[in-house]
Amino acid sequence: MHHKKKLYSVAAMAAAAALTLTACGGGDDGGDGGGDGDSVRIGIKYDQPGLGFSDGGEYTGFDVDVAKYVAGELGYSEDQIEWVEAPSANRENMLQNNQVDMIFATYSITDARKETVDFAGPYFVAGQDLLVRADDDSINGPEDLDGKNLCSVTGSTSAENVREEVPGVNLVEQSGYADCVTMLGSGGVDAVTTDDIILAGLASTDANQGQFRVVGNTFSEEKYGVGLPKGSDQCEDINAAIEKMIDDGAWEDALTSNTEGADYQYNTELNPPTPEACAS
Amino acid sequence: MSSKAQNVLFDVQGPRGRLLTLIFNIVGVLLVAALAWVVLGKLADQGQLQAEKWTQLFTARSWNNFFLPGILQTLRAAGLAVVLSVIFGLIFGLGRLSQLTIVRGVSTVVVEFFRAVPVLVMMIFFYLGIGRTGLVPPSETPFWAVVLGLMLYNGAVIAELIRSGVHSLPRGQREAGLVVGMTESQVLRAILLPQALTAMLPSLVSQFVVILKDTALGYIITYPELLASARRLGSGDGNILQTLLMAAVVFVVINFALTSLAQWLSSFLSYRTAGRTKPTTAPAPAAVK
Amino acid sequence: MSSYFADFASLFEQFDVFQAFWVNIQLTFFAAIGSMLLGTVLALMRVSPIASMRWLGAGYVNIIRNTPLTIILVFLVLGVWSQLQINLSSDFNQNFFRYAVIGLAIYHAAFVCEAIRSGVNTVPVGQAEAARAIGLGFLPSARLIIFPQALRGAITPLGNTLIALTKNTTVAAAASVTEISALMKSMIEFRPDVIIAVFLTVAIGFVLIVVPVGLLTTWASRKFAVVR
Repeated sequence: MHHKKKLYSVAAMAAAAALTLTACGGGDDGGDGGGDGDSVRIGIKYDQPGLGFSDGGEYTGFDVDVAKYVAGELGYSEDQIEWVEAPSANRENMLQNNQVDMIFATYSITDARKETVDFAGPYFVAGQDLLVRADDDSINGPEDLDGKNLCSVTGSTSAENVREEVPGVNLVEQSGYADCVTMLGSGGVDAVTTDDIILAGLASTDANQGQFRVVGNTFSEEKYGVGLPKGSDQCEDINAAIEKMIDDGAWEDALTSNTEGADYQYNTELNPPTPEACAS
Repeated sequence: MSSKAQNVLFDVQGPRGRLLTLIFNIVGVLLVAALAWVVLGKLADQGQLQAEKWTQLFTARSWNNFFLPGILQTLRAAGLAVVLSVIFGLIFGLGRLSQLTIVRGVSTVVVEFFRAVPVLVMMIFFYLGIGRTGLVPPSETPFWAVVLGLMLYNGAVIAELIRSGVHSLPRGQREAGLVVGMTESQVLRAILLPQALTAMLPSLVSQFVVILKDTALGYIITYPELLASARRLGSGDGNILQTLLMAAVVFVVINFALTSLAQWLSSFLSYRTAGRTKPTTAPAPAAVK
Repeated sequence: MSSYFADFASLFEQFDVFQAFWVNIQLTFFAAIGSMLLGTVLALMRVSPIASMRWLGAGYVNIIRNTPLTIILVFLVLGVWSQLQINLSSDFNQNFFRYAVIGLAIYHAAFVCEAIRSGVNTVPVGQAEAARAIGLGFLPSARLIIFPQALRGAITPLGNTLIALTKNTTVAAAASVTEISALMKSMIEFRPDVIIAVFLTVAIGFVLIVVPVGLLTTWASRKFAVVR
């Protein structure tokens, strides 16, 4: 009987440990999930320098600046904003399950996504572009990539686009754009491809300033919108806020300060954009 | 041969052997130094040896905002996965020892299946699969995908450990239990399992090292564990090689501590049972109480 | 139900599942040879008369065994290939394949070394003593007496390492190799309607590869067991 008791107590301990651990997990969020009107939950990228980046309690980047401005116009002060990480693969889920109130995370407006979520904006029109070393003037567009080494993120559409257009390109797939930029700096690859503003953000970090150049010859159009839950009533207000931000110069300021040192000029034909009509 | 028998393999070196060894060592050190010189020179050309890329690793900001939260997330996922995989292993390990053919058959299939499927494949499946069910809040999806993937694979391995642990016990243990009138399941619970668990403890701790190491796969499915936060720090500051190196060092230190614990447990337990059970090739023989 | 099977079949038309699995098998094959060679050398070092060799072997095993495989692969590609600019092949994709093989071999050699060492422990002391008594030095006695027996005793742990290696080839995606786990990701991305089928396809593929290896090692460990 002695052994039996011992076994049960081991099992009980294990169960107790499991409970404590899950309890910890639940407590981490801090928020109670329900929108109590006092705060707004905004989804951003945490790992995209220049757009959305988390450094402890500090959040920086163009997406973050736009989000702060819009939230301010909607009547939320900065400390009423609750930032939530929104990785690309989770964005629709987070909106559908009411995990966030809005998403500013390099979120392209597409018809497929419009079926499950609503969009306000766009607040920026990005396009696929190339990042090259500042002293390399041999690459000025995808057509110059034949026989060159190009880096992109595993399974991304940007990589596929280039491969279709220039079959002679050597494609390296890495798990993050920072890996790609490291390879570019060391000469392992000759160019990195993804949306121009993401490249500009990467090139403007303190360590990379002045080393790289965004080619500025975009070959796709990505309209970054504000992701909203389906049927949201905030679209009009957000659009108004975006227009105001563009009009009073805050938009331009945010863009230049977040891409400083990257030798980058955004596509002025398409920017600043006019927000599209809201869905409903 | 035990470890002390290692020097049975060769005679103690004579003066000539010692001299040769000395020359060999010096040449070896010189070769390594030359290689290191070339590599460091190359890295210096690439600007990887700039002081700020390294000093930044030891700032309070790096640790408070990136490394420590990452370590915490790694330990959190590993901790829960350890508990769940032990429970999973107990259930299916005992299932494989069951008297009922159906239970035994089902357990065997489950264990063999999950032992054969790569952890990463399970993690990707759960990551993309759970999200669609809506059972778990999306921000917690990567966490549960990591934990479930680790639980199924390592649980299956632990089930095997339990089964082989019980099988490696001397047959007399079970027979003695039956002779005094206990049923098969009583024998299993009261006599065999406690001994098997003691015997498998070192292997169990080694398995925990595997769990801890495999949480690093979580970065592929955006779980913010140590490797992922090291990458994030490195992408913000342009020194991803250095931050990854620091992450590797942290992993080695934690796992080395666990491995040493396993080795100590193994020698401690076999010392406790010296002379009581005949030595087998299986993990340390069980303690007889 | 029948339409579901049709979807299942269309998966194979849309994606080259077999080609992706073939990459994993090739990775396994070459990395197995590499890790076996390196692991044997390491095991030899760990039981050698020269102290510095023993330290080197032990240091290698303790560091590599405790480092996640992903980090090793990332270091090879990001550090060795990109920073030191060492190309292993003029063919671009072949280059990464070789780096993945090297990374897998480096990692699993630590486990092969430990498996062989456990095999060495199954060889009775008398064998080594007898070898010394007839005047064999360290290398001859290791080559002729100890290792042949040790390898036979180590078949089971070596088999386990081989199985682990087979499954770990899925991590090679970190070294820019397109293998089955990368394909699985895009299959789920583009065909979320058949997500269970995708998972089962990949999982059963691995069961089909891994189970025979397991059976083979069990058979081999019996067939080649040293009867004492």
